Amino acid sequence: MSLLDVERLTVDLATPQGTLHAVRGVSFAVDRGETLCLVGESGCGKSMTSLALMDLLPKAASRRAVRLSFGGVELGDLSPARMNDLRGNRIAMIFQEPMTALNPAYTIGDQMTEGFRRHKRVGRAQAEARAVDLLGRVGIASARERLGQYPHQLSGGLRQRVMIATALMCGPDLLIADEPTTALDVTIQAQILRLLGELAEEFGLALVLITHDLGVVARIATRVAVMYAGEIVETGAAADLFAAPRHPYTQGLLDCIPVPGRTPRGSRLGAIPGVVPSLVGALKGCAFRSRCRFARPDCETDIPWRVDARGHGARCVLA
Amino acid sequence: MLAYALKRLGLALLVALAVSAASFVLLRISGDVALAIAGEGARAEDVDLVRRTYGLDRPLIVQYGEWLARTLTGDFGQSLYFKTSVAGLIGDKIGATVILAFASLTLALAVALPLGVLSALFPNTWIDRLSLTIAVLGQALPNFFFALALVMVFSVKLRWLPVSGSDTWAHFVLPAISLGLYITPPFMRLIRAGMIEALASDYVRTARAKGLSPLSVVVKHAMRNALAPVVALAGVQFGFLLGGSIVIETIFALDGLGYLAYESITHKDFPVTQAVLMILSVVYVLLTLATDLVNAWLDPRLRTG
Ligand SMILES: Nc1ncnc2c1ncn2[C@@H]1O[C@H](COP(=O)(O)OP(=O)(O)OP(=O)(O)O)[C@@H](O)[C@H]1O
Ligand code: SF4
Ligand SMILES: [Mg+2]
Repeated sequence: MSLLDVERLTVDLATPQGTLHAVRGVSFAVDRGETLCLVGESGCGKSMTSLALMDLLPKAASRRAVRLSFGGVELGDLSPARMNDLRGNRIAMIFQEPMTALNPAYTIGDQMTEGFRRHKRVGRAQAEARAVDLLGRVGIASARERLGQYPHQLSGGLRQRVMIATALMCGPDLLIADEPTTALDVTIQAQILRLLGELAEEFGLALVLITHDLGVVARIATRVAVMYAGEIVETGAAADLFAAPRHPYTQGLLDCIPVPGRTPRGSRLGAIPGVVPSLVGALKGCAFRSRCRFARPDCETDIPWRVDARGHGARCVLA
Repeated sequence: MLAYALKRLGLALLVALAVSAASFVLLRISGDVALAIAGEGARAEDVDLVRRTYGLDRPLIVQYGEWLARTLTGDFGQSLYFKTSVAGLIGDKIGATVILAFASLTLALAVALPLGVLSALFPNTWIDRLSLTIAVLGQALPNFFFALALVMVFSVKLRWLPVSGSDTWAHFVLPAISLGLYITPPFMRLIRAGMIEALASDYVRTARAKGLSPLSVVVKHAMRNALAPVVALAGVQFGFLLGGSIVIETIFALDGLGYLAYESITHKDFPVTQAVLMILSVVYVLLTLATDLVNAWLDPRLRTG
């Protein structure tokens, strides 16, 4: 069994309009040393999926799953206190907004070490030594001085490096990064993502990386899962999926990436025309069909998951 | 930080000066000092004599300048009614007012803090509705009405507490409750709103993601940020309590500054009224300043900026 094994995970949100099915039965698995990239348009349920793994969903949300096992332990069976012992310790998470993810009232050193000190029950000096070590590892110079600084004294890129170093403090098995670079400068985005890839390899982490950036995915993903309207519509080894996408939505996403030399300069960044269906209430058949060029009558029925011998699967009548 | 503090101090003193000038002028418009000194029903010649003897016929600006110069040396003059030095009078009374303000503020915070935090943690539950009820009551009931109701129940019916005076701590209980409840609602609202915002913030989500204990998430991370504006409000409210307890002190005949202000106004005791107003405005302005500085010190962005 994999380190993280998710089977038919569902997240429902109570809204004034009715129940919103943000995540509709997604399944995936990740092992140490692997990087799984979750991709898909805004609102398709990527963040809800990751928050469900952390048990950090908003109050209005409820989570169900056939299996949600981590290191052989069923997360759904854990008491809140036991789950809290895993969080930040064996499962760590980095969020999208480095500018607001740190508490303005406390120093970097305090915020980096507090989780480590709680989970590992060590003293301040030892925790700070580790923090300095990791700050150096994520490429922050004069780490010792940084510990005494406050978040507002650091740039966005530095803060995200601090968040990454903090996430690594306890030596987690699984690291979840939800669009960790979206809020940063383009030049820094690439650096941070490269850093994450290297660290995942060096520390033998299982990395779940959520991103819009398919260029990044192509470089660092082991596996890719493409989400649409709360479902995984295609998944496979990164190389297979990029070489031969089987779902029209994945094909559309790949067509949107500008290719140097081939995309004419100044042409508009591609986007798939049409809008995502509402996630409130039941969805029947292929959720993508209102936007799909190949849609046909049998797309309105429930479509089985088709997977090949290499584990490359898709949910489409054409696949 | 030091430059900031000095700049704010300068500004505060300017405000205090402006307030003293304004109150000086307003008091003079409100009544005739010479008449007050000479006594009700005095002959016109006598009043004129007093006016000339005390220099009250000179331009207002000159009189204000003279008053200010004396005041700055700590000389507030003589009370017309009590016939003692104004400074001594104020020294006698300020203690009771400070105790009352302190007790009311402590009480208000003791109620508002737990209820505000709990109602933010459990919105739309019974505890949230309880705090809302207290807030609405505290705001809707005029505070003299509430004070009288307390007197009826605890002093007249049950005879647990004295009706009026300021001799023992028991005399302060009902006045402190009346004033405390009156200033509780703004604290409760501020704490609740601040906690709801902080609990929904990204940094609290980060704290949760680190697996910190719920206590640490709520107290260390959320409350620390939610309470900064509460410090500011407490400073302002303390100033308000020092000056605004006139009604309550009068109802309970609590021998403080507020009661003194009331007496001096009814007896046209101008030097006393003027001195009390001056002291209250200086205290208020300095408190606001102190609050700003505490806030700046609490916020690392201002402290290290
Ligand atoms: N607190 C909430 N209450 C109600 N609905 C929500 C809430 N948060 C998110 N949603 C809805 O849940 C769905 C999934 O949201 P989610 O944040 O997981 O999307 P996402 O894939 O992470 O998008 P993005 O790329 O914009 O971050 C969306 O339709 C969104 O509108
Ligand atoms: S199932 Fe039909 S509508 Fe959906 S992607 Fe495939 S072809 Fe398009
Ligand atoms: Mg998201």
